[in-house]
Amino acid sequence: MAADDSRPESGAFFARDSTVHPPALTPSYKTSVARSPKHAKLSLGTTLSEMTGPVFGHDLLGDLDNDLILNFAAPGESAIGPRIVVHGRLLDERRRPVPGALIEVWQANAGGRYRHRKESYLAPLDPNFGGCGRVITDDEGHYCFRTIQPGPYPWPNGPNEWRPAHIHFSIFGHGFAQRLITQMYFEGDPLIPRCPIVRTIPDEAAIRRLIAPLDMNHTIPMDARAYKFDIVLRGRRSTLFENRLEGN
Amino acid sequence: MVQRLDDLKETSSQTAGPYVHIGLTPNFAGISGVYAEDLGKRVIEDGVKGERIVVSGKVMDGTGTPLKDALIEIWQADADGLYNSPSETRGRADPKCSGWGRIPVDMADGSFSFETIKPGRVPHPTGKDQAPHITFWIVARGINIGLQTRMYFSDEEAANKEDPILSRIEHQNRVPTLIAEQDRAGYRFDIRIQGHKETIFFDI
Repeated sequence: MAADDSRPESGAFFARDSTVHPPALTPSYKTSVARSPKHAKLSLGTTLSEMTGPVFGHDLLGDLDNDLILNFAAPGESAIGPRIVVHGRLLDERRRPVPGALIEVWQANAGGRYRHRKESYLAPLDPNFGGCGRVITDDEGHYCFRTIQPGPYPWPNGPNEWRPAHIHFSIFGHGFAQRLITQMYFEGDPLIPRCPIVRTIPDEAAIRRLIAPLDMNHTIPMDARAYKFDIVLRGRRSTLFENRLEGN
Repeated sequence: MVQRLDDLKETSSQTAGPYVHIGLTPNFAGISGVYAEDLGKRVIEDGVKGERIVVSGKVMDGTGTPLKDALIEIWQADADGLYNSPSETRGRADPKCSGWGRIPVDMADGSFSFETIKPGRVPHPTGKDQAPHITFWIVARGINIGLQTRMYFSDEEAANKEDPILSRIEHQNRVPTLIAEQDRAGYRFDIRIQGHKETIFFDI
């Protein structure tokens, strides 16, 4: 395993299992109607253009990048809301950790309001909360950041539609074919099964994998609760022999 | 019954939503002081090898309206056809060419523009060289999973003709949707998500 890990990963990716992803056209999520291609996607097979991808060094990160409670706050201040730690592992489909991978997150504040010029919800901004953070996975694929639990909020998809509380995740693997954006939900939120965006995913088990459980063992007593969210990226072939079978 | 394969399932995609800029380009979104600079703002640095070019365009929905909340990431090889990636095993890419850029479209008119160099040719698994191309990944509100496409160059006619991907596309009348035309400002690449002249998207 050690010898394997020291070599850059360069194999072809497994074909994407489309059954775990939402289709492009999901009419109950209205914006998708005009933003979904009508033609079938063309199967390309992976070439070097998809097997490679940008990788970012730990030197990119500032001290507070993974602390959304403090990274936008005035000195001595902190963001308002239920304090939480979100942690987990980034693995690939073969259960191998994905080290050195950049994870970027964004979210609404505790009142459900985003800091964005196109946001018009009446809940107030928190002057000490920006809503963005980032972290790079360690050698075993672990990541961790601290934030406040975001609030649910209404959105104009229907006359009375509410998003469950969620955190957006953007994940780089080691190849551009692994690029992924998803959303993490919180255990026990009754809005999850009602949400048209959640329900763009046709597979119930896949939806459950987006719901982070409360993780009491990692809760920091008298400080912050913890939620655990593991993420899986596409796997890839690892040996030259396997690559040759694919004509690579 | 048989043994169970123990592979994991990939995490499901969810839309980037309307506020993707907060997370990926916070300075562009007006959130300053968290990161010194938005990641991917520059694809190249001074001293880069190769022909400098500017690529601009718009991303249109099925009604022909430009998306004003889309975010594009691009990935390309350097002038010699090498990728700046640990997974690149053929050599070391030009350190002045990161090959990766992140471009939010303009919130007022939906236009995008970035400066880069024309990439070199990269071999295809068949052994043939691919025509120079830039990989595009597009996310936005209403897009449930990032859309992957490629931009090729109108002035690379010979290379495009023999490209192993372009040449095997069944509907050759759709190939022009992947080819950027030259204008005074550089290369023009409009992406049409749906409808007339819908861009070819790839299942990679």
